[in-house]
Amino acid sequence: MQCISFEQIGVLHKRFKQLSHNEETLRRDHFNEIDDLAFNPIRAQIIEAFFDRRNFHQNGEGKVQEIGFEEFVVVMSHFRPPSAHMTEEQRGKTRREKLRFLFNMHDTDNDGIITLEEYRHVVEELLSRSGTLEKETAKCIADAAMLEVASISVGHMEPDEFYEGITFEHFLKLLERFEIESRMIIRFLNMDTTTLCK
Amino acid sequence: MDPIRRSSTLRLTGLLCLLFLVFFSRGFASHDVVSEKSSGTTQEDSRSQANSTAHKKTFPVLSFNYEHVRTPFEISLWILLALFMKLGFHIIPTVSHIVPESCLLIFVGLLVGGIIKATGEQPPILDSNLFFLYLLPPIILDAGYFLPMRPFTENIGTILMFAMVGTLWNVFFIGGMMYAVCQIDAAKLAHVDLLSCLLFGSIISAVDPVSVLAVFEEIHINELLHILVFGESLLNDAVTVVLYHLFKEFAHEQAITVTGAVLGVISFFVVSLGGVMVGVIYGIVGAFTSRFTSYSRVIEPLFVFLYSYMAYLSAEIFHLSGIMSLIACGVIMRPYVEANISHKSYTTVKYFLKMWSSVSDTLIFIFLGVSTVAGPHTWNWIFVIFTVIFCLVSRVLGVIGLTAFMNKFRIVKLTKKDQFIIAYGGLRGAIAFSLGFLLNNNEIKNLFLTAIITVIFFTVFVQGMTIRPLVELLAVKKKKESKESINEEIHTQFLDHLLTGIEDICGHYGHHHWKDKLNRFNKTYVKRWLIAGERSTEPQLISFYNKMELKQAMMMVESGSAAKLPTIVSTVSIRNVQAKGSPKPSRAISKSREEEIRRVLRANLQNTRQRLRSYSRYELLNDALEDDISEARFRKQKEMERRMSHYLTVPANRQETPPVRKVFFQQEHKVYTYDDSESPRGRASPSCADDVSELKETPEKPDQSSTPRANRDAELKPKEQDDQGDQLKVSRCLSDPGPNPEDDEDSTFLP
Repeated sequence: MQCISFEQIGVLHKRFKQLSHNEETLRRDHFNEIDDLAFNPIRAQIIEAFFDRRNFHQNGEGKVQEIGFEEFVVVMSHFRPPSAHMTEEQRGKTRREKLRFLFNMHDTDNDGIITLEEYRHVVEELLSRSGTLEKETAKCIADAAMLEVASISVGHMEPDEFYEGITFEHFLKLLERFEIESRMIIRFLNMDTTTLCK
Repeated sequence: MDPIRRSSTLRLTGLLCLLFLVFFSRGFASHDVVSEKSSGTTQEDSRSQANSTAHKKTFPVLSFNYEHVRTPFEISLWILLALFMKLGFHIIPTVSHIVPESCLLIFVGLLVGGIIKATGEQPPILDSNLFFLYLLPPIILDAGYFLPMRPFTENIGTILMFAMVGTLWNVFFIGGMMYAVCQIDAAKLAHVDLLSCLLFGSIISAVDPVSVLAVFEEIHINELLHILVFGESLLNDAVTVVLYHLFKEFAHEQAITVTGAVLGVISFFVVSLGGVMVGVIYGIVGAFTSRFTSYSRVIEPLFVFLYSYMAYLSAEIFHLSGIMSLIACGVIMRPYVEANISHKSYTTVKYFLKMWSSVSDTLIFIFLGVSTVAGPHTWNWIFVIFTVIFCLVSRVLGVIGLTAFMNKFRIVKLTKKDQFIIAYGGLRGAIAFSLGFLLNNNEIKNLFLTAIITVIFFTVFVQGMTIRPLVELLAVKKKKESKESINEEIHTQFLDHLLTGIEDICGHYGHHHWKDKLNRFNKTYVKRWLIAGERSTEPQLISFYNKMELKQAMMMVESGSAAKLPTIVSTVSIRNVQAKGSPKPSRAISKSREEEIRRVLRANLQNTRQRLRSYSRYELLNDALEDDISEARFRKQKEMERRMSHYLTVPANRQETPPVRKVFFQQEHKVYTYDDSESPRGRASPSCADDVSELKETPEKPDQSSTPRANRDAELKPKEQDDQGDQLKVSRCLSDPGPNPEDDEDSTFLP
């Protein structure tokens, strides 16, 4: 894991205390109190990600009901900006970490595979704010996307074969052009200059 | 060997003939410039004579009157010359690989100018009015309209830094140093004072968008560097305009006052922000107008052009930055206009913009060459050489300094390689020349003009030519092929929302938070006003998806007429992906029945394949069954198929455009559905997913009659028939005013 500076931990701690109303642990309803999140179409998934043991350490499984400050920081650390000088190996590792986080968000039933249903759910959630959502639309898009993954990862399939779902390796391959290590970043440093008064 | 040589010599001779023709007519045209005066009077004479002695003169069957078409004739000739040159460079590819097009065009301009001068005429100079009002706007509009917004907004801080601070630094450094140079006695330039030098600095410092576009377009550099240099060249116009006018005014008064300086700073903000605001206003009005243009689709593109041009001209009225106004107008207008106008209008806009900007670009460079030959030159070795040196030095220093500063704030740091390319890409161009040309006529003007032209030539020729090998040498990242991927789009959106959510959880109102707020504001208020109909509520993912499908459909239609087939990489079909237990209305068919149907249908493919030779897009593949099935049985199968249409893949209806059901995964994929509404059972609501099926195909060379590579899909293959079946429609999941429904019978929209 990457190191976070003391300053950042301090700021995060302040925020943790604020969100949890000075309790020791955060629960889901604490997150639900954040007003800004209400507009977010994937808010349920984001909140779930904080309570997902797989994001805490390598071999975790299942969900928890409440998290302490340590877990909070661990989840946040997935969004660290890359350090200035990184070797290729480190960069690859960071990529895997971040993509693993995304993968866990999609794979809600923890079986290590994003099935078509789960992917459909993702697309539905994304479009859920549009108002005029039809399930069919989301299905179309999800199907097309799934097809693309299948074709990229598994070039040729017998017609009787069934593509179970996106494994983590396929997921990596799918998003290899996606520069995730530079896009999935929150700048912690500026946090103390902005409003923390919610 | 022989045909190649023959064709190349043919091309060469053709080209030479063209050149001769053009030069001849050029000489002819300009010859008339001089003879106009003399012939003018004689014409008057003859006319009056004709009137008075009408009954004496015979009716002229063939007369010659060049004068009244002279101007448009000459303009057309110049444009034709430009076009022939452009064509020529692409026909003879060897030269254009080494030398960028802009260099070749300047060279041609030099030649033409030389020829005109040799015939004793005064070659035309690149008139500043012509340049700023007619030649420059199309290029800028083209650039602004198709500006990639995401990289632009992500790097806007860096771009602004380079454009504003970088240009300022350049101006003062070059101006100051040139003044120092002028103090050297050997240069005999003591008459050039500080203000003139600063004025000169302000003209020569700005990176030119035309040259940058011309050179960078050919080297296909990665998006980040491209947008940095290009964005800088666009946005530094405000600085240039302000400083130019400022120093010009001061040069009159021969003194800088403090108030003047303060006013200058204020004027800078007024010019840039005012320009942007003018552009925004016109953009919004244009978007609003496009909401109603469905009543007359033919004139839609004109609205886009005219509103943008008016934005430019309006900004120029007040001496605001016209370029920034034009960019702002294009950027604001684009998302709404694209949602409103028809697909054909969109294509028209795109192609007209590309066409005009291409012609403009060519003309500018040719005229630069001609003007070089034409203009009065005052060559001063020291001045010119030092100008070139200082331009380079100041650019390098500026880039290094600014990058060191900006890297503190950037996530993706700029490496030394990046810095080098940015510095090296600081090309000067025609804007500098035109600004110099606008100076008041005095001896200094010629001195400046010579230096400016030298710098332009140096940057365009030397830097332009060497940048490509340098890019290769330094292994700078090239532009990635844009493979449009629905997955990447999904994840781009997902990531946006995720990051916004995390920012909200952190309580940090950052980049994403404000972007999200802006998007929401856009969706709830702005889109409702500016986009017609139901498209206003269409989420971005869906419009992306529709656009992608449309593009693939177009490509399919176009490739159908060509002989070549795209190759596919994968044989994955939707059946492999869809869950086995996905709910389908159960249509119990006995296994044996199903097998029989499949066998029969498969056999029929043999027949239809023969018919399909001309439609090279399709390759119905299967193990070749040798059975010959008669026509009658064929038709019976149609019936059965229609009934089976729900469970089995439906044969497509073949009309002029063969139905497209295929998946090829090299660069695009397509999901087509069948409109179920015509099937005898009919469905309450047409659904996308359940009826999705694809045909796996392999490419077949049209001349091959052998068995194509086997399709491993053991299920039936749909066949094309000339008689009716179920119609294949491109699934459009929301209403899309894309192609005009009455024109394109194959596409309907599923409400």
